Amino acid sequence: MWDYTDKVKEHFLNPRNVGDIADADAVGEVGSLACGDALKLFIKLDDNKERIVDAKFQTFGCGSAIASSSALTEMIKGKTLDEALGVTNQEIADFLGGLPEEKMHCSVMGQEALEVAIAKYRGGPLPVHHDHGHDQEQEGEIVCKCFGLTDGFLKKVIAQNRLHTAEQVTHFTKAGGACGGCIPKIKELIAEVLGEQKQDAPKRPEKLTNLRKMQLIQEVLENEIRPQLWSDGGDLELIDIAGATVQIAFRKACAGCASSGYTAKFVEQKLRDLVSDDIVVEEVQQ
Amino acid sequence: MKEIYLDNNATTKVDEAVFEEMRPYFCELYGNPSSMHFFGGQVQKKVDEARSRVAALLGADPSEIIFTACGTESDNTAIRSAIEVFPNRRHIITTRVEHPAVLTLCRNLTKHGYRVTELNVDGAGRLDLDELRKVVDEDTAIVSIMYANNETGVVFPIEEIGQIVKEKGALFHTDAVQAVGKIPLNMASSTIDMLALSGHKLHAPKGIGALYLRKGVPFRPFMVGGHQEKSRRAGTEATSSVIALGKACELAGQHLDDENTRVKGMRDRLERELMAIIPASRINGGGAERLPNTLSIAFEFVEGEAILLLLSEKGICASSGSACTSGSLEPSHVLRAMGVPFTCAHGSIRFSLSRFTTDEEINAVIKELPPIIQRLREISPFGRELLKKQ
Ligand code: FES
Repeated sequence: MWDYTDKVKEHFLNPRNVGDIADADAVGEVGSLACGDALKLFIKLDDNKERIVDAKFQTFGCGSAIASSSALTEMIKGKTLDEALGVTNQEIADFLGGLPEEKMHCSVMGQEALEVAIAKYRGGPLPVHHDHGHDQEQEGEIVCKCFGLTDGFLKKVIAQNRLHTAEQVTHFTKAGGACGGCIPKIKELIAEVLGEQKQDAPKRPEKLTNLRKMQLIQEVLENEIRPQLWSDGGDLELIDIAGATVQIAFRKACAGCASSGYTAKFVEQKLRDLVSDDIVVEEVQQ
Repeated sequence: MKEIYLDNNATTKVDEAVFEEMRPYFCELYGNPSSMHFFGGQVQKKVDEARSRVAALLGADPSEIIFTACGTESDNTAIRSAIEVFPNRRHIITTRVEHPAVLTLCRNLTKHGYRVTELNVDGAGRLDLDELRKVVDEDTAIVSIMYANNETGVVFPIEEIGQIVKEKGALFHTDAVQAVGKIPLNMASSTIDMLALSGHKLHAPKGIGALYLRKGVPFRPFMVGGHQEKSRRAGTEATSSVIALGKACELAGQHLDDENTRVKGMRDRLERELMAIIPASRINGGGAERLPNTLSIAFEFVEGEAILLLLSEKGICASSGSACTSGSLEPSHVLRAMGVPFTCAHGSIRFSLSRFTTDEEINAVIKELPPIIQRLREISPFGRELLKKQ
């Protein structure tokens, strides 16, 4: 049984805003019966067509899909369309006090439906998420055939949620969750996004003494990296720092994980972004 | 809230009588059955008795019973043994609807150069024996086919299968974890070479299983070490659990009739009433011979986990063939292999009864489930369409 928060349970047992709006200004539909979840979202705007005054939903899906839909409708009421578009799937999950990682795709579905609804209302090109949206223009290349997900969509979710393993991408988008044929491509996308993130890397100290550098490396490992690995049931241990070379050993789920190479690359990228460009991460068996 | 436990294909409660039987073997009679002294000897006697009890339920000889830790170990032992005794045969046959204990092992073996054929099933979950006839050949080391499916309860024609297998000289193993204790078995007149069973599916504790190994069938142990179990499974026996399994098998034998009359009657009533009240529902495996205790029923346009959560709010424990409960994203491999349409597969629920199930519990499900399905259909965009049409 999933470990759902009380807020998730509450919104599942007593979902808010179920139903339809007969004269809705915008309707967004994503998902399908085959996928196992689907969401139809109705939005009503005020007289000035500025703010969302009402939102209703219909969802076919599991407990967290229903709870996420309920949360989404609550969150967007009173917002302008642009403000609503700014709602991320992470915020939907946070509103519910968190979702199990395996269920994050439910929150992504809410965000998708909203994007589709608003795009339809505004008459712009429809965002492509799933290929079963029939009337949608195909844009980008389909990476996951089983769930019809494009590279553009996957890259967005990877970047927004700072995902670094293919398994996480599956939890957030379902891509890779059926035949698994797209997993190598997903890994490439992760590496690509990590590379792009490097270019607009956050500011970091200019000059570092050796001592400061070592301290910083340890801080980044403790505060930024290990918590991310824990959430996957993994961990790492700092073995040694020699100049710019950082030796780490993977522990728990990361040890012996087939994609630990990607994880090492992720660690290296993080350290380069936040500490210094010349850092090389070496995985050692210890 | 009193719990209504209808998930007995997942695991069962330990029968109080079974527990009483094993209790003294922890703190009082804790001897090692392999010891030479009287203290171990009295445990050995009890282990022998357990072996006879398990054998009796299977219609086997006690010497044909090897105690293991679980059904999975028994399955692994059987299949690995077969490929070792036939080093020149590189083909394994199983089915697409097997339990992971067999399926995962077979799929792993393909990485070691084995050819694995997974037989298909039809929409009712039945095997096509002609397909088996076509693929079994002189290269086949072992055919491993479950006796009854854990999700749908569909029972395979094991003896007919065994005949076909024997003609090619391959070994025949069956994972009978769901069948033992629910339907009568008789190894004396059977074509089965090896059979796996698990204690916790028949009111013994978790962590004990057995492998039936027909006399004369060549064998290589999976666990090696000491001489326990006539060197066929090393490691000190989990004596208290072994004793519990023996008692559980004895009781299962006594309740076989009850299982096939009263328990089956309750299952049939549950099935009938739910089908009558809830539109757009269907029985998975409905057209096939099934275990007396299992009901897999699909409700269109709603998702299984949501149903389970709402049932759980009412104290009712069942299981789902939906992907969402397991963290994987597709419906169960069994329902997919049967070609159950996606509209139904995601909304499949399994109720599995036991001899402890009561009429009142069945009544509670018949009362609580229909409004749950109605409610979820009102939330579902597809369900709403359906409700509108009615
Ligand atoms: S192509 Fe992505 S899971 Fe099959």
